[in-house]
Amino acid sequence: MKIVNSRRISQLFFLALFLWFCFVTTLGTAWWQLRGWPVNWFIYTDPLAALGLFLATRAIPATFLWAIGAVVLTVVFGRFFCGWICPFGTLHQLVGWLSHGRRPLIEKVKANDYRHAQRIKYGLLAFLLAAAAGGLVVEFATGTRFSGLSRVVAGSLQTGLLDPMALMYRSVNLALLPLADRATLATSLVPRGYAGAGLIGGLFLLAVALNVWIPRFYCRFVCPLGALYGVLGRWSLWRIGKTSPQCSMCMECESHCEGACEPSTKIRPAECVLCMNCLRACDDGVIAYRNAASVGGEITGLDLTRRGLLVSLASGALAVPMLRLGSLLGANWNPRLIRPPGALPEPDFLNRCLKCGQCMRVCPTNVIQPAGLEGGAEGVWTPTLNFRIGTSGCQLNCVACGHVCPTAAIRPITLDEKLGRNGFADAGPIRLGTAFVDHGRCLPWAMDRPCIVCQENCPVSPKAIFVRETFIPVRDGMHTVSHADELTIDLGAPVLAPQTFSTGDYYCRPLSDPDDSPRRIVANTDSMITLDSNRPFASPLRPGARVELLVRLQRPVVDPRYCIGCGVCEHECPVMGVKAIRITAENETRNPEHKLLL
Amino acid sequence: MNDTAQNPSGISRREFLVRAAKAATTIAVSGYAAHWIRNRDEHQPARAEEPGFSFPSFLVPGTEGRLSIITGPNRRRTLNAALATMGGMGTFIQPGDRVLLKVNAAFALPPSLSATSHPDLVSELVRLCLDAGAARVVVTDYPINDATACFHLTGIARAAEQAGAQVVIPREADFRPATLAGGRLIRNWPVLARPFDGITKLIGVAPVKDHNRSGASMALKNWYGLLGGRRNIFHQEIHEIICELAMMIRPTLVVLDGTETMMRNGPTGGSLSDLKPTHTMIVGTDPVAADAFGATLLGRKAADLPFITKAVVAGAGTANFELLNPIRISTNG
Repeated sequence: MKIVNSRRISQLFFLALFLWFCFVTTLGTAWWQLRGWPVNWFIYTDPLAALGLFLATRAIPATFLWAIGAVVLTVVFGRFFCGWICPFGTLHQLVGWLSHGRRPLIEKVKANDYRHAQRIKYGLLAFLLAAAAGGLVVEFATGTRFSGLSRVVAGSLQTGLLDPMALMYRSVNLALLPLADRATLATSLVPRGYAGAGLIGGLFLLAVALNVWIPRFYCRFVCPLGALYGVLGRWSLWRIGKTSPQCSMCMECESHCEGACEPSTKIRPAECVLCMNCLRACDDGVIAYRNAASVGGEITGLDLTRRGLLVSLASGALAVPMLRLGSLLGANWNPRLIRPPGALPEPDFLNRCLKCGQCMRVCPTNVIQPAGLEGGAEGVWTPTLNFRIGTSGCQLNCVACGHVCPTAAIRPITLDEKLGRNGFADAGPIRLGTAFVDHGRCLPWAMDRPCIVCQENCPVSPKAIFVRETFIPVRDGMHTVSHADELTIDLGAPVLAPQTFSTGDYYCRPLSDPDDSPRRIVANTDSMITLDSNRPFASPLRPGARVELLVRLQRPVVDPRYCIGCGVCEHECPVMGVKAIRITAENETRNPEHKLLL
Repeated sequence: MNDTAQNPSGISRREFLVRAAKAATTIAVSGYAAHWIRNRDEHQPARAEEPGFSFPSFLVPGTEGRLSIITGPNRRRTLNAALATMGGMGTFIQPGDRVLLKVNAAFALPPSLSATSHPDLVSELVRLCLDAGAARVVVTDYPINDATACFHLTGIARAAEQAGAQVVIPREADFRPATLAGGRLIRNWPVLARPFDGITKLIGVAPVKDHNRSGASMALKNWYGLLGGRRNIFHQEIHEIICELAMMIRPTLVVLDGTETMMRNGPTGGSLSDLKPTHTMIVGTDPVAADAFGATLLGRKAADLPFITKAVVAGAGTANFELLNPIRISTNG
């Protein structure tokens, strides 16, 4: 078999595998649903994520040993990942081939010229790694993370913004798959939706569409993972190169070159993605993949000036401290940023979250959503709970998000820990926040309408929402008795809307006897009220007596001792626009400084 | 052509005619298109109410007013004893019947918490229906929590499927608008209709639970799970909506499970301490009567529950269950 066909098969296999992993990241009991499929494998092979995590947290989860493997293979063989495995690269190559394949040779060669702008990706890599390294720098300099220096130097993991693995998972999980699933409902009974999916999907499509202009645009100019592989692979033992200076300079190799690494002249091994097209295309048979440098010469440097590198590093190192001047991690924290159960304290969370969207994909209620700017610029596309989207709040007996998170930004907690049972009874349940009733919008509080859907649905025992029963005079509800017997009161005039007060929630009380408990109205005409037959008046009201119509209200009150912030109440609240009961991150377990109670 | 040279506008006759024809065609086509897509009804009201879906009565003639109250801790046993007093399941299910079991699967909680229909009861009912010759048994509900999680965590999906029933977890397309004749709230409201396609018998299966807003959640409140859309707004008139549901749904049979009664913190419960072992199975053809008795398990009276009074007034059943001469048997163990 020709080597390029092997490459194509490998690429299609890994693309299909990737899509399969996204598809099966679905909670359920069917054979194909989440049950040990290594759905995060592509992230685990990602040395950019691993290095970012190391810089940000000084530790790498064991699963990321795959990435060490990828590094070793790259050092030996070059950027095989980019050309043979990366599903994003496969898409780029496919679109680039579709749009350039039939163009004249000279145009293809021109499109595949090396451009100085290809250094941008190294700058982005340096920027992202410097942004992640803040915490490590503080620790090295002072021996502890919590020194005064941390006010000036801080870091957070932002590689996921551009890392092709995170980008691909995010785009497929949050934009492409939900779109496909809307038509088929294969993985979800209810169509799934994600806030800001337009931007996520739009950027993805833009990245793919740029291949029409220059093939593998993203790989050549943007991809920080490709840049890291370039840095690692430029001294690789095996590499592409010419075996003889004798060459007709037909440029066939460059017309098919995916990496724009100029194999016809002085090849740039850091740019070579091992597509092997040049090997196939060379009519003179002078290009080979072997453990010797190209006879035509090599440019192993990265085309990155020292000044450029310093600027990238410095702006990366400054970016996070500058963003934190907004105090989003301090006094100005956003109470609407509700992290999933088991999420780490915010600074630690930002040091780990790759923005891959796996938690959002697996969440059975679709309530975990990609943040916009709720968590500041550092928190873009990190998970936050939005109780207006989805089928319910955070389900009491579900811990799926933490178990799918590849970096334990959301810890893989047990149900016992989430619910504060057994060994966790002393710690109590994990609270995502606290529900607050908006007295200006709640139907029983603001508009004298019975409701308490929130109380009904509160899933904890004892319920965190309890009710206070009150009897409130209805509007224009004072009337004069014309005639009455034990169970009926005739008002003598058509002053009532028929059957309005018969819902079981309306009561009547004679003013002469305000201490007497109100009697329930069971029926009314425009002038007549019929009362609950269980409690007849001992002596009927006399004509001229005043009676007051009351509505019985059960007004919801939140007991913060029991509220876990699951948001089921907010989701179910019938006041749809701005919910009348809303969760804010007050009293959330993960940030002790948000503690509400003594 | 010479014409062109003499024509100061530089256009030949032929070209003029071609252009004029193109222009005329464009005008004609757009004019016709505008006429064609014009909204002829712009001054009409949006849309008249469609007749929509309606539930037939599933009551088997001649079985009106049956009620059996069986005490005992074992659900399968009390259910069988209750049905035995009525001549067996064959009284209600004939060979070839297609049965829908409307369970209460509202919450994603384990069966031990009794917030949902118990899987033992579901599986026994499915078995009895199939034994009586039912061609098909469908188990469905439109839950409050995540639907898939509800059916699985409650154990209902597994129990029903193992017993040979088909579980339908509702999708958007399963709902159709319904209007209750004489109803005020259920007007053009989406109801769970598609699982009822071809169904000839309906059995409601519900636990006895405390419910702060309505007083109790039992057989009648169980029909709430047939409503779709923004059904939460009906909580403003909870007794009215339950009464309308009682008017709309005439089941073949209701099974009201008071084996464990949720005395407080309902309808979700969440703790075993919310339950009381009342060890009673209520089976009957009058859901109002079943609820009226069920209320006593909660220590409440039917008269305390306005939705029962309303349902009686609406002719949906009787609250005075003693008038039905309920058969009372005790099974032990």
